[in-house]
Amino acid sequence: MRQIHDIHGGIHPPERKELSRPGNVIEGPVPAQLVLPLTQHIGAPASPIVNVGDRVIGGQMIAEAQGPVSVPVHAPSSGTVVAIESRAVPHASGMSDTCIVIELDGENTWAPTSGITDWREHNRLELMNCVRQAGIAGLGGAGFPTAIKLASDRDEGIHTLIINGTECEPYISADDTVMQCYADEIVAGAEILAHIVGAQTILLAVEDNKPDATAAMTTAAMNCEMAEVVTFPTKYPSGGEKQLIEILLNAQVPSGGIPADIGVLCQNPSTAIAVLEAITLGKPLTTRITTVTGEAVNEPGNRRVMLGTPIKDLLGHAGFDATAGNRVLHGGPMMGFAVTDLDMPVVKITNCVLAPTSEELPPPQPAQPCIRCGHCAEACPALLLPQQLYWYARAKDNEQLERHNLFDCIECGACAYVCPSHIPLVQYYRSAKSSIKDAQQEKVRSDNSRGRFEARQERLEREAAAKEAKRAARKAAAEARAASGEDPVQAAIERAKAKKAQQEEADS
Amino acid sequence: MLDLLMDSPILLALTAIVGMGVVFGSLLGFASVKFEVEGNPLSDQINSILPQTQCGQCGYPGCRPYAEAIADGDAINKCPPGGEDTIQALANLLDVEPEPLDAEHGTEKEPLVAYIREAECIGCTKCIQACPVDAILGAAKAMHTVIADECTGCDLCVEPCPVDCIDMVPRKTGIRHWSWPLPNPDNPPLVIASDRPVGEAA
Repeated sequence: MRQIHDIHGGIHPPERKELSRPGNVIEGPVPAQLVLPLTQHIGAPASPIVNVGDRVIGGQMIAEAQGPVSVPVHAPSSGTVVAIESRAVPHASGMSDTCIVIELDGENTWAPTSGITDWREHNRLELMNCVRQAGIAGLGGAGFPTAIKLASDRDEGIHTLIINGTECEPYISADDTVMQCYADEIVAGAEILAHIVGAQTILLAVEDNKPDATAAMTTAAMNCEMAEVVTFPTKYPSGGEKQLIEILLNAQVPSGGIPADIGVLCQNPSTAIAVLEAITLGKPLTTRITTVTGEAVNEPGNRRVMLGTPIKDLLGHAGFDATAGNRVLHGGPMMGFAVTDLDMPVVKITNCVLAPTSEELPPPQPAQPCIRCGHCAEACPALLLPQQLYWYARAKDNEQLERHNLFDCIECGACAYVCPSHIPLVQYYRSAKSSIKDAQQEKVRSDNSRGRFEARQERLEREAAAKEAKRAARKAAAEARAASGEDPVQAAIERAKAKKAQQEEADS
Repeated sequence: MLDLLMDSPILLALTAIVGMGVVFGSLLGFASVKFEVEGNPLSDQINSILPQTQCGQCGYPGCRPYAEAIADGDAINKCPPGGEDTIQALANLLDVEPEPLDAEHGTEKEPLVAYIREAECIGCTKCIQACPVDAILGAAKAMHTVIADECTGCDLCVEPCPVDCIDMVPRKTGIRHWSWPLPNPDNPPLVIASDRPVGEAA
C-alpha cells in the first residue's frame, strides 16, 4: 500500500456526480452536420487539407498539424465538406474561429485502418509520431498535444506515469465512466505510454468517491506488474496535475516547471485509450465520452459523442428543457465557462456540458469589498496568497503579481468558492495573466523595433557620411586642379567642346 | 607644530577633519574619472520603457530623442501609443506623479498595423523612405508590401503615399488575441462558473 500525502487547502463542494449515473456509456446523437474547429488544443491551429465540396470518409485527416505544437483534425464520419468558415467555438471569449463543416451522409463509411500490434518492438519516435498523426490532445480538459507532452522528458527521464482518474470537479463523471467500462484498455494504453517515455511505474490514481471505478481498475491492473491503483480522499482540486503529484509522491513540481522536471508524466484515462487505439488500431481521435448533466436535462448521462457535434444536438439528445435552465456551461461548475451559442460544437477538451437550473447554480452574487478574512489563502492548493494577488491585479501591478507567483495559480476557483464577499477572484487572475503575457510580447516587439530603428539610423548616417566623403573628395580634386594653375571654367568649356566634337564625329 | 596641535584639541580636530576631507575627496574624484559611465543610463532606461513606435507624436523624431528629453525634465505624458501603462511605468521609474495623457499629442488607440492595397500601389518608394523601422519591402516601380510583424503602426507611411493606398488596420483581432477582461463590478461575470449555491457555508 502506497503512502499518500495531503495537499494544502482545497474545498469540498457538493459533488452531484450521481446525477449523470456514472458507469454507463450512451451512444450520442448523429447530427446532420459536424462543425470541426481547427483549434481544439493548445497551440497553433491545424491547416485544412480538404476543400469545400470534397467528400470525406471517417478517420480521414481533414486538417494537418502546423508547426510542432499542433495536432491534426480528422473526420469522425463520412460526408461532404460544405464550408470552411468562421463559426462559434467553445472558448471563454464567445468568439468564432475557423471550422470545417461536414454534412454527414449517414453511411459512416470508414477507410480500413491498420495498427501496430508489436509496439514493444518499435522505437519511441515512431510511436510518438503515431500519437501525433492521430490528432491526440489531452482529453482531461486542457487539450495539450499529447505527443509534445510525451517528448518533454528531461535528462533524468520519466520514472513514473500517472493516469489521472481523479476527476475532482463536481458533476463530471466522464473519467469515472471510462474507468468503469474500459479499465483494460486504460491499462493497455498506459503500458504503451510507459513504454514510450520509459517509465518504470504506472500509478492509476482514483479519488475514493469512485469505488466502482477503483474496483474495475484494480482488476485490470492485476494483469500488469508495473501498474498500481492508488486511492486517496476526495477533495477539490486533487486532480490538478501538480496537486496529484504531491498527493501520490510527496514531491512538488518546481514553480514555472512541468511534471517532467521531476520525472513524472500525467495522462487522462481517455487519453490512454486514445493512444491505445491510435497505435494498435491506427484509429485517429474522432469521438470522446462527454458528461451531459444538470437538472435542466431529463436524461443526464455520459455519451460517446462525435467531435464536432453541436452542443444543441447533444442537449437535445439528453432532453434539455431550455425553459428550466438559466445557462449552459462548457466544462464543470468550477473551471468551465458559459456557452454563449448552442451551435458551438463538442471538441477534444469538452469533458462536460452542464445545464443547471437557476436554483441549482444561481447566477453569481454581486461582489462585495474584500474583508481580508484570509479564507482564500487557506483554500489555495498552490500555496499562493489570493488576496494579495487580488489587490495587485486590481492595481495592475504586474511586477508584484509575478513576484507573488501568479503563474503558479491553476485557476481552480477554490478561492472564489470560499470568498464570503463573492469576489470573482479567478477572473482577476486570468485577466492579469493575459495582460502580463501581452506585455511580455509587446516588450519583445518593442525591443525588436528599437533594434531596427537603430540599425536604420546607423545606415542613414553611414550613407550620409559616404556622400559627404565623396563630395569632399571632388572638392579636393577641384582645388588641386585650381592650384595647378588650371582655370576651372576654361577646363569645363574645353571638356564640353571635346564632348561635342566627339559626338559630331560619331554622327557623321 | 605637533606640540601646538597637542596643546589645542580644537586645532587637532580641525586638522583631522580637513585631512580626512582631502583624502576622501581625492578618492571620490579618482573614482568618478576611473569608473565613469558612458552615455546617460537614465535615458536608456526611459527608452526601454517607451513603446518604440518611432511615430514622433510626442514632437521628437523618435523614441530615443524623447527619452533624452524626459531625462532632461520634459513631461512624461506625451506618448499616445504607450498610453497609461507607459506613463505609469515612467512615473514609477522617475518617482514622479503619473499624469493623464496629454491629448494635444493624440489619444491612446488600439495597436495598428499598416496595410498596403497592393493593386493600387504605383511603386514610388515614398513609404519605404518614411518607415522608421524598415518594415516596408519593395523597389522603384515595383509593388510594395508591409512586413506586418515588424510594423510598429506609427502612421508615418500613410501621409507620403501619393495614391492613398495605405490603410491602418487593427493588429490584434480574432480569438488568439483575446484576453480575459477584468471583472466589471456593475456587470457580474457570467463566464466564470466558480460560484456556489446560495446559503452554502464556506
